[in-house]
Amino acid sequence: MNFELNKKQQLFKQMIREFADKEIQPIAAEIDENETFPVESVKKLAKYGVMGIPVPVQYGGAGGDNIMYSIAVEELSRVCGTTGVIVSAHTSLCVAPILEFGTEDQKKKYLPKLAGGEWLGAFGLTEPNAGTDASAQQTTAVEEEDAYVLNGSKIFITNGAHADVYIVFAMTDKSAGIRGITAFIVERDTLGFSTGKQELKLGIRGSSTCELIFENCRIPKENLLGKVGKGFSIAMKTLDGGRIGIAAQALGIAQGAIDETVKYTKERKQFGRSIAQFQNTQFQMADLYTKTEASRLLVRSAAYKKDSGIPYSTDAAMAKLFASETAMEVTTKAVQFHGGYGYTREYPVERMMRDAKITEIYEGTSEVQKMVIAAKMFK
Amino acid sequence: MDLSSYKDVFVFVEQREGVIQSVAIELLGKARDLADALGQNVVAIFPGSNISDKAKELGYYGADKVICIDTPELEHYITEQYTQAVYQVITEFKPSIVLFGATTIGRDLGPRLSARLETGLTADCTKLEISEEKELLMTRPAFGGNLMATIVCKEHRPQMSTVRPGVMRKLEKDTSRKCEIIEYSPKFNASKFKVKLVKSVKEAKGMVDISEAKILVSGGRGVGAEFKNLKDLANVLNAEVSASRAVVDAGVVSHDRQVGQTGKTVRPDLYLALGISGAIQHLAGMEESDFIVAINKDKYAPIFQVSDLGIVGDVTKIVPLLTERLSKVKLEK
Amino acid sequence: MKIIVCIKQVPDTTEIKINPVTGTLVRDGVPSIINPDDKSGLEAALSLKDEFGSHVTVITMGPPQADAVLREALAMGADDAILLTDRKFAGADTLATSNALASALKKMEWDLIIAGRQAIDGDTAQVGPQIAEHLDIPQISYTEEVKYDGKSLFTIKKQTEEGYQILEAQAPLLLTVLSSANKPRYMNVRGIVEAIDKEVKVLGVADIGADESKMGLKGSPTKVHKAFSKGVKSAGEQFEVEAEEAVGIIISKLKEKFII
Repeated sequence: MNFELNKKQQLFKQMIREFADKEIQPIAAEIDENETFPVESVKKLAKYGVMGIPVPVQYGGAGGDNIMYSIAVEELSRVCGTTGVIVSAHTSLCVAPILEFGTEDQKKKYLPKLAGGEWLGAFGLTEPNAGTDASAQQTTAVEEEDAYVLNGSKIFITNGAHADVYIVFAMTDKSAGIRGITAFIVERDTLGFSTGKQELKLGIRGSSTCELIFENCRIPKENLLGKVGKGFSIAMKTLDGGRIGIAAQALGIAQGAIDETVKYTKERKQFGRSIAQFQNTQFQMADLYTKTEASRLLVRSAAYKKDSGIPYSTDAAMAKLFASETAMEVTTKAVQFHGGYGYTREYPVERMMRDAKITEIYEGTSEVQKMVIAAKMFK
Repeated sequence: MDLSSYKDVFVFVEQREGVIQSVAIELLGKARDLADALGQNVVAIFPGSNISDKAKELGYYGADKVICIDTPELEHYITEQYTQAVYQVITEFKPSIVLFGATTIGRDLGPRLSARLETGLTADCTKLEISEEKELLMTRPAFGGNLMATIVCKEHRPQMSTVRPGVMRKLEKDTSRKCEIIEYSPKFNASKFKVKLVKSVKEAKGMVDISEAKILVSGGRGVGAEFKNLKDLANVLNAEVSASRAVVDAGVVSHDRQVGQTGKTVRPDLYLALGISGAIQHLAGMEESDFIVAINKDKYAPIFQVSDLGIVGDVTKIVPLLTERLSKVKLEK
Repeated sequence: MKIIVCIKQVPDTTEIKINPVTGTLVRDGVPSIINPDDKSGLEAALSLKDEFGSHVTVITMGPPQADAVLREALAMGADDAILLTDRKFAGADTLATSNALASALKKMEWDLIIAGRQAIDGDTAQVGPQIAEHLDIPQISYTEEVKYDGKSLFTIKKQTEEGYQILEAQAPLLLTVLSSANKPRYMNVRGIVEAIDKEVKVLGVADIGADESKMGLKGSPTKVHKAFSKGVKSAGEQFEVEAEEAVGIIISKLKEKFII
């Protein structure tokens, strides 16, 4: 058993950390403030191969692993939660299911452009009446000659307004329940497809979250992802992988808040000494750092299992549950350590606290993670 | 190698377009100290084109002899041309010590010569002295100024070093001093002249040399957006404005005004460190100043460890007030 | 065109701190990096590779751990890498270092050699020009910009104190490059994955056929007589007073020192 990153992973960590510090951190506050999607950042990430880390070289990817991918999301989120989730949603929720469930033709068609960052990916499962109960899909797909015709809408879709390719779920057979759900690969310029309202959010404000609308949208049959009726299973497996990404995002946000707080408490002097010298600061920070490191081990363990072909669904759920709640706790306390300054936009912990909250909600709320974990325990 | 056959302290005198560079005059001053300690002569190597009439000037600043190499090949500095000329002088005259300015010329020529002569070269020395064994002790900063090392070159001659501009003191000009002028004609091997100078361009970047300033008003991160206040203060004091790396990196002040390891070394009569915390790299560039006044909010800032007068306070409040009071003092005069 | 880039692994000196009590360097936890000027030199080489399809080899001399900077260079896009490592190289000053590198370079083919202007741990700026002398090729130091006509002519912009110069030279040529010349690219992910499995050629004194008497401490004309941390100048007076009073103190001090 080995808890060290291997040389490749270490070298990658060095690269992505430098990239995050120099390219992403300087604009993090600005894209949050202006709610602008960082198009240029995505191009730069693509140029260096970060948009296709776990994709094999034969499909235009970098040939890396999921541990590297989790390090990427962690390090980006350490300075900017928005950038972290863009990479996570693209990789885990669009690239990964095509890689795992796609036909050879689909892989050849979509992966090089997605892994190369020419195209951005997104994932459409959630509907106004199908959130935690994802099986209650109301979007329909009706077979018509060589195509399926989609009608309905999806909400809260990350990368929604900027994506080129979407993995979309719809009911092909309402009577079959969850076995009636099918997955499709939808291209942005398909007739009858459009994006709707852009959400205004508490955090990750530079990311795009919007509605997808399908009005008699004809999807050719070659764009069926997996078999008819297998959509729900594909969605659940995809979300397992996605949870590693979100857990890594939460971990990065927590680490970022710890780094900022250590720096600040060493500089800030009250009662004649730095507030880092007070035992209250030290004890609380020790707890937070321990929890953050525990999150890291959970994230890496889940990613390791995914890389090794070992079932990791429960591990991913535990990683996401623990890392997201840790991120919320760490960032809330980070703001407290910063006092009045922490509540202002002069310091990044305020943004980090807002960004942390969503990690407890999307890609399965903390409650959903507990359902997944408990189901394994009590089966 | 017969070390005893090498004697005298040589200085490579850098001129640009016929203008003798300040660093060369500073080196003559230092060479004078070293030569006196050895009981030897100071010899200037003075290469260039149409420069003979300036050779006697070097005597005023401490040279006993000037080896003047006045030839069209040396009109502009190009590595190989200068290396050939100076190499011949060194092999013929056998100096014990050769000093170069640590400029883009000295730092290009020095190492090329050291490899051709197969002798040592110590870069960017801040202190040169003669040991009891009559060897040259060359002290220089290392690790970004975090450590000082004294270097010796025991078994090879000449002992060579480069010295940054502004580090050594010039002698007072003394026109009564006489020196011997030796005209020297090297034999060039022109087949080795492989680099062609197409053009030299001077860039108007303010063209101030902060290392020449008597008074520097220097600002750091703590000055914030109020850099204009520093310029006002500098005006009243007839001073130049300089800055720490943080301010230069932020684009507020141009790089030629940066003090420190990656900027310039300065030793003015008065150095006002305003809102500069005093990173080690900054201290390396200014701590030799005669009188240092530091103003900083943080009373534990490292700048206070080198300052002669330290004020714990807000630069943005103190500086405008100081400017105002100083202009009144000036008016009274 | 074959390009060789000389790089050095250095401690990140901006991260070095002084122990305020003992006055000694705190080097624990200080990361090792590719020397910044060298990295810029590597970028210059990789840009030529992008444009002209040149072959880029990186070479370093150092302890076995210096392998790390070669992997980084490979991950940025260098084609192959050479590590000169041998106990006999240890303790080398600039001249001995340049002799070792030049010995290795004499056995290789190249049109252009690129080095950084200087390393941040030594700041000497000597090894590049010394290598050029050993190889009997021209050098241009303080390079800010490299242009190549695709055949053999290089046009170089060299930084000077007053501005810059434009110089021309044919291959073979050695350049020393400034950090400000460009912004080095990052490693790319695929490059990282591949760099780890690439073979780095490891050479010792015997492999490069160097004259042992010119290597390492033995071959170094300069020796460190002593090293010491800079004596901290004792602090002067310090006042924590209101602005008005502070100004008074400063002015009276300046008068006392005849500065005003």
